[in-house]
Amino acid sequence: MSENILEVKELKKYFPIKAGVIQRVVGHVKAVDGISFNIKKGSTFGLVGESGCGKTTVGRTLLRLQESSGGSVMFDDKDVFKLSNKQLRAIRPDMQLIFQDPYSSLSPRMPVGEIIGEGVREHNIVPKEEYRSYIMSIMEKCGLQPHHIDRYPHEFSGGQRQRICIARAIALKPKVIVCDEPVSALDVSIQAQIINLLKDLQEEFGYSYLFISHDLSVVEHISDEVGVMYLGNLVEKAPKEELFKNPKHPYTKALFSAIPVPDPTVKMNRIILEGDIPSPANPPSGCKFHTRCQHCMEICKTVAPEYRDYGNEHFVACHLYDNE
Amino acid sequence: MAEEKVLQTNNQPEEVANLEKIVTPGQLVMKRFLRNKLAIAGVVILVCMFLFSFLGPLFTSYGEYTIFFVKDGVEFSSDDHKGMDPQESGVKINGKAKPSKAHLLGTDKDGRDILVRLMYGGRISLLIGFVVVGLQLAVGVIMGGIAGYYGGVIDNLIMRLVDIFYCIPTLPVMLIVSSIMVAYGVPQEYKIYILMLIMGILGWAGVARLVRGQILSLREQEFMVATEAIGLHPAKRIMKHLIPNVMPQLIVIATMGMGSVILAEASYSYLGIGVPFPLASWGNMVNTVTDPIIMREYLNIWFPPGFCILLTVLGFNFVGDGLRDAFDPKMKR
Amino acid sequence: MSGMTAEMKKIKKAEQKEAKLRMKQISKENNKIIKKFEKEKKRKKVDPSEYQTTMENPDNIIEIDNLHTYFFTDMGTVKSVNGVSIEVPKGKTVALVGESGCGKSVTSLSVMKLVQGPTGQIVDGAIRYNRKGGAVDIVKTPISEMQHIRGNEIAMIFQEPMTSLNPIFTIGYQIDETIKLHRPDMKDEDIKKQTIEMLKLVGIARAEGIYDCYPHELSGGMRQRVMIAMSLSCDPQFIIADEPTTALDVTIQAQILDLLRDIKQKIDASILLITHDLGVVAEMADYVVVMYAGKIVEQGTAHEVFLNPKHPYTMGLIKSKPAVGKVVDRLYSIPGAVPNPVSMPNYCFFKDRCDKCLAKCNGDIPELRYISEDHKVACHLYDSKGGK
Repeated sequence: MSENILEVKELKKYFPIKAGVIQRVVGHVKAVDGISFNIKKGSTFGLVGESGCGKTTVGRTLLRLQESSGGSVMFDDKDVFKLSNKQLRAIRPDMQLIFQDPYSSLSPRMPVGEIIGEGVREHNIVPKEEYRSYIMSIMEKCGLQPHHIDRYPHEFSGGQRQRICIARAIALKPKVIVCDEPVSALDVSIQAQIINLLKDLQEEFGYSYLFISHDLSVVEHISDEVGVMYLGNLVEKAPKEELFKNPKHPYTKALFSAIPVPDPTVKMNRIILEGDIPSPANPPSGCKFHTRCQHCMEICKTVAPEYRDYGNEHFVACHLYDNE
Repeated sequence: MAEEKVLQTNNQPEEVANLEKIVTPGQLVMKRFLRNKLAIAGVVILVCMFLFSFLGPLFTSYGEYTIFFVKDGVEFSSDDHKGMDPQESGVKINGKAKPSKAHLLGTDKDGRDILVRLMYGGRISLLIGFVVVGLQLAVGVIMGGIAGYYGGVIDNLIMRLVDIFYCIPTLPVMLIVSSIMVAYGVPQEYKIYILMLIMGILGWAGVARLVRGQILSLREQEFMVATEAIGLHPAKRIMKHLIPNVMPQLIVIATMGMGSVILAEASYSYLGIGVPFPLASWGNMVNTVTDPIIMREYLNIWFPPGFCILLTVLGFNFVGDGLRDAFDPKMKR
Repeated sequence: MSGMTAEMKKIKKAEQKEAKLRMKQISKENNKIIKKFEKEKKRKKVDPSEYQTTMENPDNIIEIDNLHTYFFTDMGTVKSVNGVSIEVPKGKTVALVGESGCGKSVTSLSVMKLVQGPTGQIVDGAIRYNRKGGAVDIVKTPISEMQHIRGNEIAMIFQEPMTSLNPIFTIGYQIDETIKLHRPDMKDEDIKKQTIEMLKLVGIARAEGIYDCYPHELSGGMRQRVMIAMSLSCDPQFIIADEPTTALDVTIQAQILDLLRDIKQKIDASILLITHDLGVVAEMADYVVVMYAGKIVEQGTAHEVFLNPKHPYTMGLIKSKPAVGKVVDRLYSIPGAVPNPVSMPNYCFFKDRCDKCLAKCNGDIPELRYISEDHKVACHLYDSKGGK
């Protein structure tokens, strides 16, 4: 296969809405409604969006922690969705996940070494004799004290717990790591430590990341390519420099302008979006963003815009650029 | 609240870290439990009750069914006739005797030593408690575990079954079973096993519901998702992650359940459908209070078993409460 | 080797025993202290003269003076707020910045006298509140009097809008209740009218419709608007906003910040804004207070603090946040973590994480001093400039 480690095509995930006594399916929440992107080997794809836009579902579905409703995910020339349970378990170590909440993602009844090493033993990553020293070396790489191996999670702070999570993921020698808001629950000074750690590990081992976050500034810092999600769709996707220099979609622009800048002298012309994200169970017709868009045209209300390449690998789905 | 904050941000200086004692979650629970004075009182009560019931009989020469007779002021028992014949004329049953040196709590109306019967009654009550709770847990955990882990149709079926079991009124069932047993002439010694079986079968629904709920919420926890992402075998996920995390709740409802089962047994025995005479149980010992004369005149006959029931149930509840607070400090207040 | 480990074990055991003893002692002492404070709090009839005071500067709405709020836990005393002095001028916004556990929330709770008892107690200091009828010291004000002040005169907006609303009552009912509680003389129709007006004020278009909604029917942003409406419903003079936008998305955060600024103008209140997001601070605040481990490390006007940060911690905070448009290869990160709150060092609390340490830093804890007219720093780096 080419330079891509992960190719996601038309990924869909619908959650059925059930009602009545016999739990009849009356509709679907289209959490992810056909999104496509590729992750190049050793690079980072950032996925940005607000809560409820389906970005977490993308991460979980492409790892097949939830069954998808359509589309395909090619990983190392294998279609993840077509693997049997046994085959799937065999490739699990290659695709790992880091969670947002460092408190609920660690089992409270297990010592740290066991949490990190559980998968190592399951998949025989290293010979038995080297097991303990291997775990310790992984812990050291993640900035943990190796002698903390026998301690329990309740003794660690949020930042340290997130390091344990990262250690658990990299102990399996993965190729792709899905980072689901890994720093949103942490303090600013700890955030920087974790982001730096993730970058260092990428440099050393060549991991590819899918970095999911709502924080544009963090995504800009760590990603090579960025996709912006709104209500289950990618509305814009481009290499980082291109996207941040030249955002095209009105939603992306609004997101940018909404970020508060830590500088009191800057008084920005803020684009304030009206209203809230519509319910994904009942999305607006046409372009899903038209209810909050400042540049809404007649066509936006009926026809869904096409997702097109405008050069420089800059993909946008918006009618504003139909004539270009 | 504040204490937790301390725990989370507890960063020991590195040089002493090696010597620091590793605190396991179990030890934390223990510490919190031992700090609870009421729970300690509960443990003390229960230990005393166990010693009293299971070791007590070793220190007395009287048996559970030993009947005491008296003739001309000389007492002898059915075990040890002392050369006298109970059938002789002039021999009376030494019933409703006042507390004395020979019978610390006196004798009941059939002339049996109350203290000794209290010990044997305790054995039966505690045994019934353990067996019934064990049965409830076994059935409940298996059914609830299956429902929670597999979900879907199986879950639906099991939960409807739970609903049905919740609707069955226990008391009428016990009455019916009791009269059936009488009609078919089931031997007295088997009755107690049938009693335990029925109480166990009627009581698993609550456990199943709790286990299912726990597993459903655990499955959504991120660390369970992580075990799947790691590619852990399902059997290992259940054994190493699900069960240990359901354990605390199970221990708590088991201790609390002990109390209520003992109470239930007592009330069945009181009604005459529980542990049959001449077997002693606290419940059927209290039963004598139906006789107005005994109620008025002989406090020593019915008060001790009642008090034992009260103490034991209280003990189990104290321990259960203490355990719950210890497992989940946020539940407090 | 084995002999040594045995020795070590012995020492360890002795240490543990000692620790246990110490813990018992601590908890005994704690109980004594707590009892004393609780007794003080529970007094029924307090003469108003006891808590009346005068403001140092009549233009301030709140003057927090050398506040100490401690938590007496079994592990030891946690000095959550350790000598904090903040002034909030009338009509201005003061932002309290810091990371979790630095004591910023406890400071705000102290102002409301809502510190979680019995372990948490205000130990020392004064909080002077410029009340219409004359200034009072909130620390000494009895609970019965505080109930008039809370909500009525000082309002609080919480971080989590879902848990601060009661899920079983309608929005309208809950706001009505607050108004009724503080204005018992109002008629029911008037109350409803005012509630709807309040909802309109916070930018809810369908106010009549929302009046009959339950909290779960609203989105996070809407709920936060309702919370703001509720806290504004009694015309407060002073609003404490505790991380009002942390749980919200950026686009919604922008809406709410806009709203807060707007409302402040409309009702002419002062705001104490508590947040960890420096971007929000820069946008909202006139004055900034940076807290670290229960103490103020830097204090000044927003301009001064952001454009000319002096304390290494403030600098680190500003540098460690990636900013859109500014590409850096590696983020600056403050090494280490916050010290253990039970056993704080007796030198500068930030020394172990600081990369600008001087020999002096091993000495006394630096005091907060003026380095220019509207800028205070607690750091030995500026000792020579200080004292003017």
